[in-house]
Formats: sequence, C-alpha cells, structure tokens
Amino acid sequence: MIGDKLQQIGSRTLNRFNRIGRGSLFLWQTIISLPYMIERPGLLIRQLYYVGVQTLLIILVAGLFVGMVLALQSYIVLVDFGAEDSISQMVSLSILRELGPVFTGLLFAGRAGSALTAEIGLMKSTEQLSGMEMMAVNPMKYIIGPRFLAGVIAVPMLTSIFMAISILGGFFVATEMLGIYEGVFWSQMQNNVDFYTDLMNGMIKSLVFGFVVVWIAVFEGYDCIPTSEGLGQATTRTVVHGSLAVLGLDFILTALMFNV
Amino acid sequence: MDIERGKVTAIMGPSGTGKTTLLKLIGGQIKPDSGSVFVDGKNVHKLSQSALYDLRRRTMGMLFQSGALLTDLSVYDNVAFPLREHTTLPEEAIHHLILLKLEAVGLRGARDLMPAELSGGMARRVALARAIALDPQMIMFDEPFTGQDPISMGVLVKLIHDMNHALGMTSVVVSHDVNETASISDYIYVISNGKVVQSGAPNELKQSDSAWVQQFLGGLADGPVPFHYKANSLMDDLMEGLKSAKP
Repeated sequence: MIGDKLQQIGSRTLNRFNRIGRGSLFLWQTIISLPYMIERPGLLIRQLYYVGVQTLLIILVAGLFVGMVLALQSYIVLVDFGAEDSISQMVSLSILRELGPVFTGLLFAGRAGSALTAEIGLMKSTEQLSGMEMMAVNPMKYIIGPRFLAGVIAVPMLTSIFMAISILGGFFVATEMLGIYEGVFWSQMQNNVDFYTDLMNGMIKSLVFGFVVVWIAVFEGYDCIPTSEGLGQATTRTVVHGSLAVLGLDFILTALMFNV
Repeated sequence: MDIERGKVTAIMGPSGTGKTTLLKLIGGQIKPDSGSVFVDGKNVHKLSQSALYDLRRRTMGMLFQSGALLTDLSVYDNVAFPLREHTTLPEEAIHHLILLKLEAVGLRGARDLMPAELSGGMARRVALARAIALDPQMIMFDEPFTGQDPISMGVLVKLIHDMNHALGMTSVVVSHDVNETASISDYIYVISNGKVVQSGAPNELKQSDSAWVQQFLGGLADGPVPFHYKANSLMDDLMEGLKSAKP
C-alpha cells in the first residue's frame, strides 16, 4: 500500500521533471528558430493580428471597467480622510504597477493562450505538424516561432493599452460622477507617478508575463496528447498554469522591484 | 527489408503492428531503438537536422492518412506550400505547376476550396498533389485506402499506380486493404508484431503455405490470430460472477 503510494509519487515527480526538461529544450529550439522571421515577416504579422488585435476588445472593455471600479472604490475610502483629490494617484499607481500587467496577463492566457494551445494541438492531432516536417518545413520555424514572438510582442502592447484605457475610465468616473476637477486629477497623477519606478517596472512585468504565458501556451499545444481528451486537458493546463504563473511571478517581481 | 527504386512496394499487416511507425522511421521522424534505415545511401538517423531536412526535400514525399492538409490554406495554397517554401520560382511558374499537379489528381476545379469543404477522398487527392509538387524520388502512402468509399478507393488506386509509372517514382504503400494494395504493388512485405512474416510478389504470397498469411490475405475471422481476445474460459468467468453476486 505505502509502497504503491511511494511509487506513484516517484513516477509523478519524474514525469514533472521530464516535462520541465522538454519545456526548456522546446524553448531553446523556439528561440533559435526566431531569426527565420526576418526572412518571412508575413508569418509574424499574421500572428500578431491573431493574438494581438483579436485580444484587443476584451482588453479594452476589461480595462475600462477596472479603472472605473477602482476610482469608485478609492473614492469611498479616501473621502473619509478628505483626501479624494488623491484618487488619480491611487488609480494610476495601482494600474501601472499591478493591475495593468496582471490583468492583461490573465486575460491573455484565457483568450489567446488557450486558442494557441488548441490550434497547435489540433494541428498535431491532424498530422499537420508531421506533414510539415515531411515536406522539410520545420514547424518550429513556421508554426511555433511566429506565434511565440507575436505573443511576446503583443502582451506589453496590450498592457499599455489596458493601462491607458483604465486610467481614462478612472478619469471619467472621478470627474463626471464624483466631481473631482480635471486639472487636479491630471496634476496629482503627474506629481506622483514616476516614469521608471512605476511605468517601466509595470512594462517589465508585462514582458515577463507575456513570455511565460505564451511559452506555456505553445508548449502545451506542441506537447499535448493528440486526442480530443488530451487536447482539452492541454488547453485547461494553459489557462490554469498560465494564470498561476502570472500571479506567482507578480509577487516575486514586485518584491524585487519595489525593495519591500 | 529492401525497397526497390521505381517499384511499388507494399507493407501490409494488421492494425497496430507498426506499419505507420515504419514510415515514420524511414522519414526520420522517430529514432529506432536499434537497427538503421538507409535512404538513397544515407543513414537517416545519423544525419544532422539540416541534412535530414535536405534529404526529405529532395527525395521524400509522404501522404498521411488524414491528408494532413494545412487547414488555414486553400487547396491551391496547400499545393503551393512546398513550392513556395523550397523554390525561388516566380509566382507565375508556381501557378502553372499547381494547375498541372491538380490536373493530375483531377481536382483543378477545386482549387479555391478550403480543406474543410473537401470529402475525405478529395482531401487525400489534394495531399497527393502536394506530395508530388516537388517531384520526389520516393513517396510514402500511409493507409491511403482506409475509410474511402469504393469510387474514391478506385480513384486512389489508379492514381498511385499511374503516378508511379508516369513519374518513375518509388512508392511505399502501407495498408491493410489486401486486394487494392495487391493489385498495384510489385512486391509485398507482410509484417506482424514488428517483424516481417512473409515477403514476395503478390502471386507468390497468395500461394504462401503460412496459415497466418492465408488468414490475413483471406480476411478469415478465426485462425492463428484467434477471434477471441485472450481471456479465462467463459465458464470460469461466469462462475466468478455468480460467486461474487452471492451474499
């Protein structure tokens, strides 16, 4: 009984390490395939459209509401201290440092990451990847590379759009609903937000999140068991692992960046 | 196992005996635990990745069971894919080549369709046109007849036979459709459990005295390969059920 359990734990651990090894090798092969993009920029642009532009709507809507809610909630707390003029500081710092990169990472994992996994997994199960190999076209160069690079480029861009629209949402609520003066809103923000510590750190976060999420997504697709069940599990894993990775990394990065 | 140049060689055997695995070994997609595969005098599994891709590009074409067409490209672009990837031909020349290849499989009129709009047989014909786009020396067919209606099957049989003769290609057909495969092949290997059981020209095989080969070729339900999956005797199993059902 105990022997069986031990054996199970052992084999699971081995499998886990095996996967980590495969994932790392896969990442290496992906990275060395990237120069191919110089020859075929069309592949990259197409994927930028799929993973970037098509994720734009959910980012815009989510960003707008997050900014609006944040302004309302901040007001409720700040007004007790007579500090409601600081609302823009509250909104912009939360968005730039945390919510922008994290929300975008999570939404990207759910919207584009799952789609990438499903697409690549389906290509694998319908033998399109093998077929490509037999036509002497390396799927790492043709399929994986463009999708990976497109994700890494798209996430920081989506994050900056999320940040902008959130702050505008907060601005709208603060000035139209809560009666804060426009000038106060912007000047408070200008005085209290630092380009490097706040905005740049947020963008670095988003770059890391994008890299990790899209790596998980393309690897899960490429490594999935080519059956309908295996594909479903791989897609779920992309969303779960991708989201957890974003949240876990966010903690680590925040601790490193803001010298707590 | 030897596959002769310019001939149609069939590899037959029941499902799950490693026929497709064999093709993947020849194509260098998986590595053998032991043994070696030589294509055009080169040991496939000792080549560097770029040399392997070079070998595939020059000598091999493969027709997958599912067709393996790229689903986001039209029929025309699917056939164009290897030409655009591997040649520097102007688009005009590619256009003419594609029309000729599609004409050869009888689907010139279907060039603007998407793979999802094709029937299974048509998809395989498009895949065949794509596989011959670069005029490979050898083409491998993975179960080309499985799941085809009689007409599509007849079309595929004719296409494989005609192409082999017209283009002087080497064809390797993996299949368990005995009659269709036997009708076009010059030499047949029958494999079971990863081993060659019998080989020879179609006529020789029909006279084989191996009971197993006779069962396979004749499609008999019982024989050396038993009808029943390995199990305890029926009586024992039934008694077992009675015993456990009793309180």
